[in-house]
Amino acid sequence: MRVHFTVNGRPQQADDVWEGESLLYVLRERLGLPGSKNACEQGECGSCTVRLDGVPVCSCLVAAGQAEGREVVTVEGLADHARQRARGCGESGGSCGTSLDEAKAWKPDGADSQTGEGGELSPVQQAFIDAGAVQCGFCTPGLLVAADETLERNPNPSDADIREALSGNLCRCTGYEKIMDAVRLAAARQSEGV
Amino acid sequence: MDFLRPASWEEALAVKAEHPTAVPIAGGTDVMVEINFDHRRPEYLMDLTRIGDLYEWEVGDDTVRLGASVPYAQIMEHLRPELPGLALASHTVASPQIRNRGGVGGNLGTASPAGDAHPALLAAGAEVEVESVRGSRRIPIDGFYTGVKRNALAPDELIRAVHVKKADGPQQYSKVGTRNAMVIAVCAFGLALHPETRTVRTGIGSAAPTPIRAKAAEDFLNAALEEGGFWDNGKIVTPSVAKQFADLCAAACNPIDDVRGTASYRRHAVGVMARRTLTWTWESYRGAHRTTEGAA
Repeated sequence: MRVHFTVNGRPQQADDVWEGESLLYVLRERLGLPGSKNACEQGECGSCTVRLDGVPVCSCLVAAGQAEGREVVTVEGLADHARQRARGCGESGGSCGTSLDEAKAWKPDGADSQTGEGGELSPVQQAFIDAGAVQCGFCTPGLLVAADETLERNPNPSDADIREALSGNLCRCTGYEKIMDAVRLAAARQSEGV
Repeated sequence: MDFLRPASWEEALAVKAEHPTAVPIAGGTDVMVEINFDHRRPEYLMDLTRIGDLYEWEVGDDTVRLGASVPYAQIMEHLRPELPGLALASHTVASPQIRNRGGVGGNLGTASPAGDAHPALLAAGAEVEVESVRGSRRIPIDGFYTGVKRNALAPDELIRAVHVKKADGPQQYSKVGTRNAMVIAVCAFGLALHPETRTVRTGIGSAAPTPIRAKAAEDFLNAALEEGGFWDNGKIVTPSVAKQFADLCAAACNPIDDVRGTASYRRHAVGVMARRTLTWTWESYRGAHRTTEGAA
């Protein structure tokens, strides 16, 4: 079957999708967006976390056909999503247009339009780097999407809030303390408007 | 496999009548796991996420009509005053990502003895609204679970909503697992005080082939509370009464040994949770009772 949906603000179409396929598989294998990771395939690890119409979900548990017509934000689109939010645009990302002046001012910045490599980072991504919250990196995309959404909803989360918000994301190397530091750092920078 | 995408409830019923083997999928938190692991290859997958009605709830005078697909996250956020037991149970479901997708309809459809919503529904009192092209009916929650992962649905029926009695007293929910998140219950216990009818109802999860009520324990406690005038005098429940209640709850279990725990551990844990949830709810009832007395 064919599935149409918006990914990181762009309309996408995937062909020859098997009816039992997950949104995660479509993102990774059909749309060339390998940021969302495939690990447990049963919703236990959170590595495949994306925003579906603004809501964080495990993309491995969304049937591809269920994404038809929906808006998806993956880790590749997190920086854009954060930028648009900072400009006060719509919550779910991709719903906000580019002004004529912005379009005119646009210059290629060396970013890979598919993977987001070489582009700017979102504040939460920068905080993960600065706090040393990335080790092997496999859980990082899911944690970034979950952490970013947490800070969107709750700009000043307590430690308990952060723990609960990230309770669906497993990391098997850093032991979570640096991840906690990173989210606290991102929250502090956000509230200072840095 | 065919992916069917009914745009309305009526269309979904027609599809289910035509293809009784069609597997309904909403949050996908059970169905997709089975497909991802190749445990299941349904001929038809029927997406219910286009049917907006299933994501709505209505608070009535005596009950809440909860659409089958209302995610747990919404129940926690919006229905805590009316359905405190179910809200607590919802909060113990897996993780935020799962709570954003999964709902009570799926829990009932899967009918796993470990489903988190079941003890809360049993304790509160509920009816499951199911429908087919033949008509609509309401199945009392006590008769809904018919076996391990089996329920009273006919092959052409779909779960539309669940009607849960609004709380008329304190409710509690307790669950045993190795972490606070991402845990399938080793066993779980729900308890609701119903001061209007002067009854107590219970629900036990993951300690028998189906979710069950501890009816003998309820009968004992109802009689003991009535006899001692506890509903009126608001006294502390006698420790011997609480112990007998806990023992009867443990005795109601018919658990198995498995990777999550042994049968004897489950029995023990259910007894402990029964005593604790009774104490928590009764303390809260007494607190309210005293406040009312003071005001009067």
